[in-house]
Amino acid sequence: MSSHSTTAALTQPAGGKRADKTFKAVAYACGILILVVLAAVALFLLFRALPLITGDQAANSETISNFTGGKSTNFWQYVGPLLFGTVLVSALALIVAFFVSIGIALFISHYAPRKLATALSYVVDLLAAIPSVIYGLWGGLVLVPAIFPFWNWVAEYLGWIPIFAGPASNPPRTVATVAVVLAVMILPIITSMSRDIFQQTPRLQEEAALALGATKWEMIKLAVLPFGKSGVVSASMLGLGRALGETMAVLMILSPGMTYSFKLLQASQSQTIAANIAAQYPEANDLGVSVLIGTGLVLFVITFVVNYIARKITEKATA
Amino acid sequence: MVKNLFVRRGIAAVSLLAMTAALAACGDNVSADSSNNASSNGSSEKISGEFSGAGASSQQAAVEALIAGYKSLNPDATVNYNPTGSGAGVSSFLTGALAWAGSDAALTADQVEQSKSVCAKGTAFDVPVYVSPIAVAFNLKGVSDQGKHVNMDASTIAKIFDGKITTWNDQAIASQNPDLKLPATPITVVHRSDKSGTTENFLSYVKDAAPNDWQYDLSENWPNSVGQGSKGTSGVISTIKQADGTIGYADFSQVGDLGTVAVKVGDSYNEISAEAGSKVVEASPLDESAKGENRIVVKIDHNTTAAGAYPIVLVSYDIACPAYKDAKTGQFVKSWLTYVTSEQGQKVAEDAAGSAPLPSKLADKIAQSINAIETK
Amino acid sequence: MPAGNKGPAIDFDKFRPSRSFVAARKRKDMAMRVLIVLAFVVALVPLISVLWTTIVNGVKRLNLNFLSYNMAGVVGGNQTSSGGYGGVLHAIIGTLEITLGAMVISIPIGIMCAVYLVEYANRSKLSHTITLLVDVMSGIPSIVAGLFAFSMFALIGGPGTINGFEGSVALSLLMIPTVVKSSEEMLKIVPADLREASYALGVTKQRTITKIVLRTALPGIVSGSILAIARVIGETAPLLMTAGYTASTNVNLFSGQMTTLPVYVYQEYSKLNANCPPHADATCVTTIPMERAWAAALVLILVVLVLNLIGRLVAKVFAVKTER
Repeated sequence: MSSHSTTAALTQPAGGKRADKTFKAVAYACGILILVVLAAVALFLLFRALPLITGDQAANSETISNFTGGKSTNFWQYVGPLLFGTVLVSALALIVAFFVSIGIALFISHYAPRKLATALSYVVDLLAAIPSVIYGLWGGLVLVPAIFPFWNWVAEYLGWIPIFAGPASNPPRTVATVAVVLAVMILPIITSMSRDIFQQTPRLQEEAALALGATKWEMIKLAVLPFGKSGVVSASMLGLGRALGETMAVLMILSPGMTYSFKLLQASQSQTIAANIAAQYPEANDLGVSVLIGTGLVLFVITFVVNYIARKITEKATA
Repeated sequence: MVKNLFVRRGIAAVSLLAMTAALAACGDNVSADSSNNASSNGSSEKISGEFSGAGASSQQAAVEALIAGYKSLNPDATVNYNPTGSGAGVSSFLTGALAWAGSDAALTADQVEQSKSVCAKGTAFDVPVYVSPIAVAFNLKGVSDQGKHVNMDASTIAKIFDGKITTWNDQAIASQNPDLKLPATPITVVHRSDKSGTTENFLSYVKDAAPNDWQYDLSENWPNSVGQGSKGTSGVISTIKQADGTIGYADFSQVGDLGTVAVKVGDSYNEISAEAGSKVVEASPLDESAKGENRIVVKIDHNTTAAGAYPIVLVSYDIACPAYKDAKTGQFVKSWLTYVTSEQGQKVAEDAAGSAPLPSKLADKIAQSINAIETK
Repeated sequence: MPAGNKGPAIDFDKFRPSRSFVAARKRKDMAMRVLIVLAFVVALVPLISVLWTTIVNGVKRLNLNFLSYNMAGVVGGNQTSSGGYGGVLHAIIGTLEITLGAMVISIPIGIMCAVYLVEYANRSKLSHTITLLVDVMSGIPSIVAGLFAFSMFALIGGPGTINGFEGSVALSLLMIPTVVKSSEEMLKIVPADLREASYALGVTKQRTITKIVLRTALPGIVSGSILAIARVIGETAPLLMTAGYTASTNVNLFSGQMTTLPVYVYQEYSKLNANCPPHADATCVTTIPMERAWAAALVLILVVLVLNLIGRLVAKVFAVKTER
């Protein structure tokens, strides 16, 4: 379909019912395709992970023990700490990024002068596109040495809080550092989507609030935030999704470990599922790949659950 | 309108691609020394076609140089090497997708058995092609930045990497280095976080040479939770560089200006070098337990007392079939492996990757195995 | 702080906001203003640091030679015969083709799915499920998408199949949910009056959607699609296992390994140092892989920048005048 024929279509009489029906069918098909694709992914992962359940259990535990240096022999023992690490890192990143992003989004949509806001929107969109491998490079080579004095200070003065227990590892290839990098990575995504929503707040509502004598913040609290709530939650979920599945930055920064530990400032405590797959996949044999895909399936299920809960929360909030 | 937009974008993109496609042909770099040594190798006919291998990332730097050298001898041959890792390389090879695979570990009996279905005749075999010394590298203010080495025996290395020795001025280290002024800096151990042949080779040294101080099973994964893990050789090196008091193990060629440990062999402390790595391979026996025709598996003698030898080395293998379903592939693999293991090829690898040359005694045996590849 | 009210004691007064109350509100307003600006400034520090590091390190090796050669025949730290040290031509071509492939697959599907959800679904059970699953899909870890595409193509094309299109499939899996969600949000915002006006004029539903609804939402959809492209153009992990890595240029999306810019960056970072023969002269640079990695990272950012500009321009040209 060239641009020429589209212009022609505009000036000609309506295509009629057939076009209407085809269009509807295509739209339905695309909707259903989502179901099919997801089912295919789930089935495929399940199929590849099947040897874990039906296969030779002795060989399985040998493979897993090989991955962990003999520390665990059972799939659930293996995936447990990984899952814990994944959720811990992503949750921290989301907590850090969430408030900051909302702040930036509000700044762009309601505080900054119009010209500055346009420029800033552009910069944020650009930053959202910086690939994770660059954040990995930056995090591993620039941030890690630079942030050590800060973590050291935190460990010294806030060390009485269990999660900040020292001594801070040097170099700080720790959960805390990775969470900061992931937060920086997902910040533009959440900001960009929240900003779009905030800017769509009906002007009438905003003006009504202001006319009633509300301060700017009260206006935001009354009109902008309620309007943007579901959009902000779905933006955060996108951000969380990216953090949960982030591979390269974690792989290039975190010193992995297999424990259930909240010691954010110490190295070799946690590992994420995605980074673990990337680290182990190249050298894994067939059974090893099955084990890794099994962990991938667990991650898949977790994202499913997280998103399901988040959706329920939004539904309740909007109902 | 939406479609219209995409069509326009599409047209723009297609024309852009057309332009880049025209550029593509002249993107290849011509090897600088192509004219010098062309046809110096004794191969009678030129190989042509596209062939790919995959596997150990440790070989990558050497193989890239070797491919360039090989191309100057056989201008019509295109060779690809994908550094996916040993495991993935061998699995792909066993599906028949590759001409050859590089691996940091010799084939297992199972894999040899599996190869029957891929090779036209017989079973796959492995030959050592790349020997690289593994450095125990460290970063210590006042020592490594002065270009000084630290002497250690196997037991000390084992204790450090097991977290039993935690400061640099520990008696065990100080007693072996009377000339050095060691600070009380805590030791941060840095190891590989990914599955790696380098880890396995390093651990097998520690386990053989200091069995009392190293209790863990041999594995390609780091077994304890001492210190910090980092992805790949590059990760280990950059981690070591980022803090004072770190120590880790890595390919010699990547160590750069970090300090290296001189390892005790017999009664002397030997510094790391390509030649010293080559010596231990020369002094090591072949692994007789490797069953299968033409296989050459080196069993590194980590307790060697050979003069000037450096006992921590990585031996990487190339895996090939004695006969291929496609005779052209057979011809290629034969000429490729011959080139790789030739004196010329080993020199290329040494220049590009700092690897240790194959000892001549071993090279002769390897040549015999490679000659067994059928080309018809 | 009690209010020092000196005014006459009329009954109405207790309804009037006390001065302290007003002051407190103003203080809170000010505090939030400061917090918001602070959030902005705090966020700028790392983001600027990322850009700055990349630019400073990348500019060093970014030149025409770097853009017009690939890595074939580059040995160690040696200079090539053209006077450069290898380049990213093959990776740029790979990135453009693979991303284009992913766009072609996912943008039409994504937009049509959003159209279904907003225009046809009528809050049915199916649409509920689809909305939920789109959320779930956006959480698919990129590496799992890679594993999926790799396994799927192993089934279709035999074991060990690796080509650029396989990478496109993996990426489109990541791209579709982003396109759906952003398009959905944008379609929802289109005022219902516009649709009703169109129906009232007797225009069919299909034409209303394509000519009115999509047209109005276009700038938002384009900017959403750009975000989606942005999300996938820098993906490394899935491409490592699906598209592979090669030193020479491959323009065929459907056969042979293809290098993309992020994979190139990662591979060069993994090399860290190049070796120079002992007798090498000053033209042999041992740190060249890291320098190439940064330069390629900068190229990647520039590619994204150009894509962004194009998208913005398109959005502006096609934008429909709305209230704001």
